[in-house]
Amino acid sequence: MKKDNAGQKADRSILLFSYFVSALFLSMAVYMGVFIETRGEEVTNHPYNARLASLADRVVRGSILGNDGTVLARTVTDEEGNETREYPFGSLFAHVVGYAAPGKTGLESYANFYLLSSHDSLSHRIMKELSDEKQTGDNVVTTLDVGLQQIASDALGDRRGAVIAMEPDTGKILAMVSKPSFDPNRAEDDWQELTGGDSTEARLLNRATQGVYPPGSTFKIITALEYMREHPGEYSSCQFDCSGIYLYQSYQIQCFKRTAHGNEDFAEAFANSCNGAFAKLGPELDLEAYGNLCVQLLFNRELPIAIPYSKSIFRMSPQAESWEILQTVIGQGGTLITPMHNLMIISAIANGGILMNPYFIDHVENAGGQTIKKFMPSVYGELMVANEAHALTELLTEVVLEGTGSAVRTEAYQAAGKTGSAEFDKAKETHAWFVGFAPVENPKIAVCVIVEEGGSGGSTAAPIARKLFDAYLLP
Amino acid sequence: MTNLVAGISRYLIILLITIYTYYNFRFFSMKDEEGRNRAVRRQLICMFMLHFLANLVIFLNTDSRLLAAFYCAQLLFFAGYLSLYRLFYRNVSRLLLNNTCMLLCTSFIMLTRLNPNRAIRQFVIAALAAAVTLVIPFVIDRVWQLASIPWLYAALGLTLLLAVFFSGDTSYGARLSLHVGGFSVQPSEFVKISFVFFIAAMFYRSSTFKNVVLTTAAAALHVLLLTASKDLGGALIYFIAYLAMLFVATSNTIYLGLGLGGGAGASVMAYRLFPHVRRRVDAWTDPWKDVADSGYQTAQALFAIGTGGWFGVGLYQGMPEKIPVVDKDFLFAAVAEELGGLYALCLLLICLGCFLQFMLLAFRLQAMFYKQLAVGLGTVYITQVFLTIGGVTKFIPLTGVTLPFVSYGGSSMFATFIIFGVIQGLYILKENEEEDDEEG
Repeated sequence: MKKDNAGQKADRSILLFSYFVSALFLSMAVYMGVFIETRGEEVTNHPYNARLASLADRVVRGSILGNDGTVLARTVTDEEGNETREYPFGSLFAHVVGYAAPGKTGLESYANFYLLSSHDSLSHRIMKELSDEKQTGDNVVTTLDVGLQQIASDALGDRRGAVIAMEPDTGKILAMVSKPSFDPNRAEDDWQELTGGDSTEARLLNRATQGVYPPGSTFKIITALEYMREHPGEYSSCQFDCSGIYLYQSYQIQCFKRTAHGNEDFAEAFANSCNGAFAKLGPELDLEAYGNLCVQLLFNRELPIAIPYSKSIFRMSPQAESWEILQTVIGQGGTLITPMHNLMIISAIANGGILMNPYFIDHVENAGGQTIKKFMPSVYGELMVANEAHALTELLTEVVLEGTGSAVRTEAYQAAGKTGSAEFDKAKETHAWFVGFAPVENPKIAVCVIVEEGGSGGSTAAPIARKLFDAYLLP
Repeated sequence: MTNLVAGISRYLIILLITIYTYYNFRFFSMKDEEGRNRAVRRQLICMFMLHFLANLVIFLNTDSRLLAAFYCAQLLFFAGYLSLYRLFYRNVSRLLLNNTCMLLCTSFIMLTRLNPNRAIRQFVIAALAAAVTLVIPFVIDRVWQLASIPWLYAALGLTLLLAVFFSGDTSYGARLSLHVGGFSVQPSEFVKISFVFFIAAMFYRSSTFKNVVLTTAAAALHVLLLTASKDLGGALIYFIAYLAMLFVATSNTIYLGLGLGGGAGASVMAYRLFPHVRRRVDAWTDPWKDVADSGYQTAQALFAIGTGGWFGVGLYQGMPEKIPVVDKDFLFAAVAEELGGLYALCLLLICLGCFLQFMLLAFRLQAMFYKQLAVGLGTVYITQVFLTIGGVTKFIPLTGVTLPFVSYGGSSMFATFIIFGVIQGLYILKENEEEDDEEG
C-alpha cells in the first residue's frame, strides 16, 4: 500500500521531532553525567548538605597529617567504641587544621569528605563489614611543615597576629599561624569561654585569612606598580626631597617617626618607605586605572582558597578628595587587606607575576598509605606581567639591602620584601607588617607577617620573617 | 553483613538495569521474531532479579514481614499483568509492557524505601488501573467512532478544567485537584488525554486554515484555563503537545515558528506576571546563591544526585527525605542518590525508549487519526518526563511535574496507564492488520 502525500510529510515531521527529542534527552543525560563527574565532590562537601554527617556512622574519621606524615589530628577509639578527636600539637595548628566539633572549621571542614570516605583495601573492608566494625577513613596529607609552623608560632610568641608561609611557585601553604590561639582538644569544653571574651581576643578567628587590617606601607607595592605603569622608562629618575613632613594643599603627611629621608629617588623612597614621596605621587595617578589595578590584584574579590576568609576592601573612587588619595596611596585610608591576600600578592611578584592557587592538601591516602587522590599546583592567573614583577623585585631587594627591611639582610641568601607600620587608632601602636620572599634569584618561600600593635614592621615583623627564611633556606 | 549484601546488590542492580536498557534499544535493530523474543525475555529476567535484590535489601534493613508480603503481592501483580495482557491480546508490544513493569518496579522500590504506606497505596491504585485499562485495546479496535466526536472531547475537558478552576484545592500555589467521594483527583492529568483525542479528531477531519484556527482556539482555551489555575507545568505540556500535533498534521514550519514564538512570548509574560516563576528561574540560574530559601529544593536535589554519584549510596544509606516532595516531583533525585546516577540515566533512557516506540508506531500507522493520537500522547508523556528530570537535574527551571509511572500520585498513575493502554491498542491494531495483509 502506498502512502499518500500528506502521510509522507507527516512521517518526515515525526522523524524530525523524534530526532529533536532524542538530542534533547541525550544533552540532558550528558549534563547530568558532567555534573556527577565534576561537581559531585563539591556538592557532597557543601556545608548545607546534611548527608556527610551520616557517613560518620559507618566510617572512622581519618587523620590529618603534616607534609612529613606527622599526625596533626586523629581519631582514637577506646574499648567501648567511643571516638575522640585528638590534636597532638594542641593549639599549634588550631586555626588551619581546625576542629571537628562543635561544628567543623579549617581543614577538618574542607577535607571532611575525604576523611569520611574509605578506600581501604577490599579485603580489609570485607573483614570489617563481616565483623561489624566501622571502616577506616582516608588520611589527608597536608602541605604544612611542622617544623616551620613551630618556628613561626614561637617567633610570634604571645603577641596577637598571624604568620603565613607559602611556596610561591606551587602555592603550597607551608605554615599558617594565628594568635591568640586555642586548644582544639578542648574546643567543645571551652566553647562558652571561646565565644565569649572580648573582641580583641577573638581566639577562634583565623587572623591569617579572616583578619582584615589596613595594609600600611605594604600597599606602596601597589602604588609603585601603578606609577611604574603610568611612567614606563622614567619612573626611576623621579626625585623627592623629604623633610619628614609633606605638605599638600592644607594637608600634611608625616613619615614614620617624622624621619627626614632627605633627597631620594624612586627606589630609595620605596626602600625608605617614605610616606611623603608616595603621597606626592598620589594626586598624579590615574585613579580609575589605580582602582582597576587593585581589583586585578584581587581586592573586593573572592580569593581562591579553600578555608573561610574575608574579602579585602579597596573603596577609593576615581572622584576621591585629596586627603583620601594621600592616605590611600600610602596604605591608610579605607583600604583593608587580609594577611593571606597580602601573601598572595607578594608570591605572585616572586613567581614572575603568576599567582598560583594556594592549597593545603598534598594528597589523600588510604589507611594502607596508597595515594587515592593527588592535588597538583594550579595557576590562578597573571596578576602582572613578568617585567613588572622583576622591576618590583628589584625595588623590594633594595628595601632589604638599603632600607627598612634590614632585619632580613644576610650574606647567606638574598631576600626581598616590604615592611609596613599600619596606623589604625591614633592612641595605639601601629600594626607591624612584613611581606617578602627569598632567595631573590629563585624564590623558595614567601612569607607574610602581621603583629597587631607591634609597632614598626622593620623592627617587629621582619625579624619573624627572618627566622622562617633561616629555618627554611639554611641547612 | 547487611551492608555487605547491600553493597554487592548495589552494583548488581546497576548491572541489571544497564542490561535491561541495552536490550530496550538493541531490540529495534533486531529483525527476526526469535531474537526479539529472546531480548524481551532477558529484559524480564533482569527486571525480576533487580526487583528481588532491591526487596532483599529492603527486608534486611526493615526486617518487616509486611514488606516481604508486599513484595510477593508485587510479584503476583507483575506476573499476572504480563500474562493476562498476552493472553487477551496476542500481538501486544512486549517491549512496552516490559517498560511499564520496569518503571512501576522502580516506583514501588523507591516508594517502599521512602514511605511504605504510600507505596502500598500506590500499588493498589496501579493494580486497579492495570486491570481497568486492560480493556482499552479492545475498545480501540472495535469502536471506530472515536474519531468522529471531537467536540465531545473538548466539552468534557473544558468542563473538568472549569470545575477545577472554580472549586479546586490549592497545593504549592496551583489549583490542581477536585474532591470526588473521598478521593482527590487531578482532572488535568486525564484532560491531557481527551485534549489529544480532540486535536487528533479535528486534524483528522481536515487541516485547512479554518479548521486549524478553530482547533487552535479550543486548544488555547484549555491552556488558558490551566494558566488561570496557575498550573503552569500542565499548561506547558498541553501547549507542546498541541504544537507537535499541529506540526505533524500540517508540516507547516510557519505554524511551528508562530507557535514557538508565541510560547517564548508567553514564557516571558509568565516570568513577568508570576512571582513564583521568577523565583524558580532565579533558583535555576544559581541555586547556591540562596541555598536556604529559593534555591532550597534544587540544592537538595543536587546534593542527593551529587552525593549518590555514579553508583549511588545504596538503599537506606542516603537522606532522600531531606528533599522536599521527594516522592512526587523529586523521586528521580532519590533514585539517583540511592540507586545511583547510572540507574537514573538508565531510567531516563527507558523513558526516551518508550517515547521512541510511540513515534515508531506513529510512523507505521497509516490512518491520520491514529497517527496523531500516537504523536500527541507520546508528546504529552515525554514532555512530562523532560520537565521532571530536567527540573531535578537543573537542566531547566523547576516546573513541579511528576515522573509518569514512577512518582507517587493516583491520578498520574491512572492517566499514564490509559496513555500506554491506548498506545498498546494502536500497536495491536497495526500488528493485526499486517498479519491480515500477509494472510490475505
